[in-house]
Amino acid sequence: MDLLSILRIAWRALARNKLRSGLTMLGVIIGVGEVIAMVGVGQGASQAVQEQIAAMGSNVVFVASGTVNRGGLRLGWGQTKSLLYDDMRAIVRECPAVRSAAPGATTTAQIVFGNDNWFTNVQGTEPQYFEIRDWTFAEGVPFTQVDVDAAANLAVIGNTVRQNLFGATDPVGQVIRIKDLLFRVVGVLNAKGQSAHMGQDQDDVIFVPITTLQKKLTGDTWLRFIVVSAVSRQASYAAQQEITALLRDRHRIRPGQDDDFMVRNLADIAQLADQSSRVMTLLLASIASVSLIVGGIGIMNIMLVSVTERTREIGIRMAVGATEEDVQRQFLIEAVVLSLMGGAAGILFGVGASLLITRLLGWAVLISPVAISVAALFSAAVGIFFGFYPARKAARLDPIEALRFE
Amino acid sequence: MPELIRVEDVHKYYELGETRVHALRGVSVAIGGGEFVAIMGASGSGKSTFMNLLGCLDRPSSGRYLLEGTDVSQLDKKALAAIRNRKLGFVFQGFNLLSRTTALENVELPTLYAQVNKEERMRRAQEALRAVGLEDRMDHFPSQLSGGQQQRVAIARALVNRPSILLADEPTGNLDSRTSVEIMDVFQQLNDQGLTIVLVTHEPDISRFAKRTLLFRDGKIRRDEAVADRPRAAEALKAMPKVED
Repeated sequence: MDLLSILRIAWRALARNKLRSGLTMLGVIIGVGEVIAMVGVGQGASQAVQEQIAAMGSNVVFVASGTVNRGGLRLGWGQTKSLLYDDMRAIVRECPAVRSAAPGATTTAQIVFGNDNWFTNVQGTEPQYFEIRDWTFAEGVPFTQVDVDAAANLAVIGNTVRQNLFGATDPVGQVIRIKDLLFRVVGVLNAKGQSAHMGQDQDDVIFVPITTLQKKLTGDTWLRFIVVSAVSRQASYAAQQEITALLRDRHRIRPGQDDDFMVRNLADIAQLADQSSRVMTLLLASIASVSLIVGGIGIMNIMLVSVTERTREIGIRMAVGATEEDVQRQFLIEAVVLSLMGGAAGILFGVGASLLITRLLGWAVLISPVAISVAALFSAAVGIFFGFYPARKAARLDPIEALRFE
Repeated sequence: MPELIRVEDVHKYYELGETRVHALRGVSVAIGGGEFVAIMGASGSGKSTFMNLLGCLDRPSSGRYLLEGTDVSQLDKKALAAIRNRKLGFVFQGFNLLSRTTALENVELPTLYAQVNKEERMRRAQEALRAVGLEDRMDHFPSQLSGGQQQRVAIARALVNRPSILLADEPTGNLDSRTSVEIMDVFQQLNDQGLTIVLVTHEPDISRFAKRTLLFRDGKIRRDEAVADRPRAAEALKAMPKVED
């Protein structure tokens, strides 16, 4: 029997019970729609994370002071006092893959401006830090290298600090108090948002010259971290290795001993973030495919009912010459038509739901052609898989029994 | 008269748990081309089982069934389906038409399984309907047709692939007596044109329109005789009073 005739018969059989076919399809519609919407949400989130990481500067390498292992007591990262300003200079001087570097040391302090005060992170650094991190100024300018050399009391504030301390006042030129010292605000940074991997508010920070922080605020001489810019994105791995080798040498670490510092490539962090969002996408997709399977069971159920109802028809068809294959193909195609129509409607539903999520929740939802085609294929597969048993059952009927069936 | 059907010592039994139920206990018969055979017998006599075997819907437990010289008793299901499609035509007691499907499409059904192109299918179906006098009812659904008309559609369906044999299982069982004779008239006309017909009936009046009767009892043929004084259904119709409603 030609495909066209089979399709016509299938279409008629389905059209005969419009409500029933519609409700059966609903299972597939919801399943496919959910897969598309959920994968869209997952991929949208993943893309947002990638964009944030790219915004941090893709060729950035972080060097942090390391763990201490003294007499079996192991402390976390950033505990050793081995990372020094000279290390930073050596990195810039001796590593060919490194373009520039900026030091970082931090403390926390209560910041006072007029009648307002705010507890935040104070970070000491040098002006190239803003370049390396690709961090732009909303107002004012960064402090200069001259200011750093002079240990001047100047501050650059993040957007969160600005909002909490200054409100509507223009902060540039205002004087704030950090630990009883007066600092003049020279610049305000643009908002950078939450950090991609930790969810920290990156804008809740005040930058001061590293020298000012070390000499006047903390009294320490060691660095907590060094931010390094590699000459290119590809060079960031080379930079990582060069820095590791250099610091091991400078810190006199013998082969076999653990590093007392940590070097992290942003590409690694990006990969990590990408991995976690991929896991999320997979999770969402697998939850959604459960509903697709439930939809498939609905198809199987209704096809079984249909086979029973049409036992006599099957008997007639067999009596006039339909082979088992003919009967099986007919019911299988009916199930596939049902699931494909559900799949098509489900794609529309999923795209609609994705657009609605973007509109209402403001999430970036990515409608991926891959997810759509996979969903379409999957719905056809559901039709074949769940249609197979009922079709087999129909084909196995004994024509004599089937003809006698009331 | 070439031999069309030869059945040799056919047995059929069913296993029902421990017990074996015999439906046919050694049936042998030959039916030639152009014959019109009526099979009679009480229920349980084996006549329906015999019809199922003749119709290739079932296979004998033992013995041989030669259809046009080929032994079909051991063919597989697919081959049997092809024989049903091309060599046999079925007419049932309950008409067995597909509801919500027009007369024309019902008649077309066997051609769907016969690798015939669309135009040829339509042509054959229309021709078959014309042969049973229903050319003006082609687009009617079974529910819009009388019992006699439905049975004519079923006969047209049985004829559409130009079979060698028409098998009719109690074709008049659901019809009133006048309509029954009308259907027998159709059968007689088809037989006159050379079609071999085998029909099962338990009504002696109906069996008289055939040329030969086989009487089944307890799974065996007990009597095999030619019909003497065969009436013409067309003549009988003239003698019958018209039913007015």
